[in-house]
Amino acid sequence: MKMLINVPETVVPDALRGIAAAHPELTVDVDKQVVVRRDAPVAGKVALVSGGGSGHEPLHSGFVGPGMLDAACAGPVFTSPVPDQMVAAAAAVDSGEGVLFVVKNYTGDVLNFDMAAELAEDEGIRIAKVLVEDDVAVTDSTHTAGRRGTGATLFVEKIAGALADEGAPLERVEAVARRVADSCRSFGVALSPCSTPATGGPMFDLPSGELELGVGIHGEPGRERRSMMTSREIADFAVDAVLAELEPEEPVLALVNGMGGTPLLELYGFCAEVHRVLGERRIPVARTLVGNYVTSLDMAGASVTLCRADEELLRLWDAPVRTPGLRWGA
Amino acid sequence: MSGKVTNDSGAGAGGEGDGGRELDAAFFARWMTEAADAIGREADRLTKLDSAIGDADHGGNMRRGFDAVRQELAEDVPATPGAVLMSSGRKLVSTVGGASGPLYGTLLRRTGKALGDAERVSGAELASALRTGIEAVAQLSGAAAGDKTMLDALLPAVDALEDSGGTNFAKARAAAERGAEETTPLQARKGRASYLGERSVGHQDPGATSAALLVAALAAAHGDSAGEDAGFGADEGE
Repeated sequence: MKMLINVPETVVPDALRGIAAAHPELTVDVDKQVVVRRDAPVAGKVALVSGGGSGHEPLHSGFVGPGMLDAACAGPVFTSPVPDQMVAAAAAVDSGEGVLFVVKNYTGDVLNFDMAAELAEDEGIRIAKVLVEDDVAVTDSTHTAGRRGTGATLFVEKIAGALADEGAPLERVEAVARRVADSCRSFGVALSPCSTPATGGPMFDLPSGELELGVGIHGEPGRERRSMMTSREIADFAVDAVLAELEPEEPVLALVNGMGGTPLLELYGFCAEVHRVLGERRIPVARTLVGNYVTSLDMAGASVTLCRADEELLRLWDAPVRTPGLRWGA
Repeated sequence: MSGKVTNDSGAGAGGEGDGGRELDAAFFARWMTEAADAIGREADRLTKLDSAIGDADHGGNMRRGFDAVRQELAEDVPATPGAVLMSSGRKLVSTVGGASGPLYGTLLRRTGKALGDAERVSGAELASALRTGIEAVAQLSGAAAGDKTMLDALLPAVDALEDSGGTNFAKARAAAERGAEETTPLQARKGRASYLGERSVGHQDPGATSAALLVAALAAAHGDSAGEDAGFGADEGE
């Protein structure tokens, strides 16, 4: 597999140097692999810090900026960053109002952020945490690691970031983040596996005539494999899987997310099918976002995230945001 | 207790009537170095196992961590067994990432903490401290025996070491290897492999495999040859 890289070992720092070059409004510590708003800490504002394995860009570094994250920590490809990074990020952005950690529910991310929270609190930084666990393809039970955090992360970071921007205290920012996390569910499919720079080849085998339903964002195989389906059939399957657990009574925000290797032409066609199903199910769609936001390297495929949105969440969603990956109204 | 520890210096093996206090800081540093060698040798295999049921990074992550541990120990070996394990554990936490960093880091830190500040410890004391470290891993991860995790190698190993009164390291190694192999038919209930449900069956767990390497490194540091259960007399210092 040909890749636009120098050597696999420096893929993450190379990308961080690129972010620094393109975005002078961000401070990038290439050695520590931490990206921070240049104007941090912002006086009187609760700060948001997230992070995770690399390979999901623009998540998380691409969501650093006014109206969203104050800092992001980048781990190696598909591997959680370490507590030292998270503590450094928290220390860099804390204005004294406290820091919210946005954590995707993977064992590694959870353990490292837990350790970081303890260390940061030892340094006198108030920490709150919200866990994002939206993937309905994984059964949530005590016998598994629980649902994975995927597309909902974008909604949590955007909406909680907007509330923090209004000057809300840590408890309220944490509460709204948790409300968003509870209001979102996702389902993803893969049409081709992704290839990591380290191995240089596909992470799993997927015959050309088949697709993987319920796939995660780390090349983990999904829960079921079927013969290739049309965009219409995939939308039916994905939306119904989400609705089975969400049962929205309000309008929804919809994220039609590309996994990194699917062209926007196909994603918009898929978006039309997602809207068609939602229309048939009598679910009004308040806002739609289409694009590659929570990706899995070069994997072809897509995911659908729906978020039940009341007036407050809708207002916060519409609030200005200015980051490399998401930007409107500012 | 503290008198026993601090007055022991220069006495060679054995302070007050226990002949087994033979394991010093150099031994624990050798354990860590042996582990770094083994992880380095087997990194590709660990990654391959991980690509079947995880995300194909276990070998690289573990190698990065243990290489850092080796480098730190090459510069300076802390004075006590406990300090060697605690600083090695901290190094793993700050370099490995993923779930393995906090889990292996906790294993070593808590084992080291349980060893206290003794300059030499016995095999039995090591077994007991290891039990404490393993219990901390179980608590942190929420995993139990049979969940297809590193515990499936560590628990039988520490059982074997305790059963032999802390003398039979080769038996602990064999138990860990068998435990790792016996994860193959299990269905994962923790970690990333659990997302696969039944599809995790039929693959050996990469975490249990690396844990078995850590136990094998302990036996190697102790001078026990690979393979067969070395039985009695295997606990010569070097």
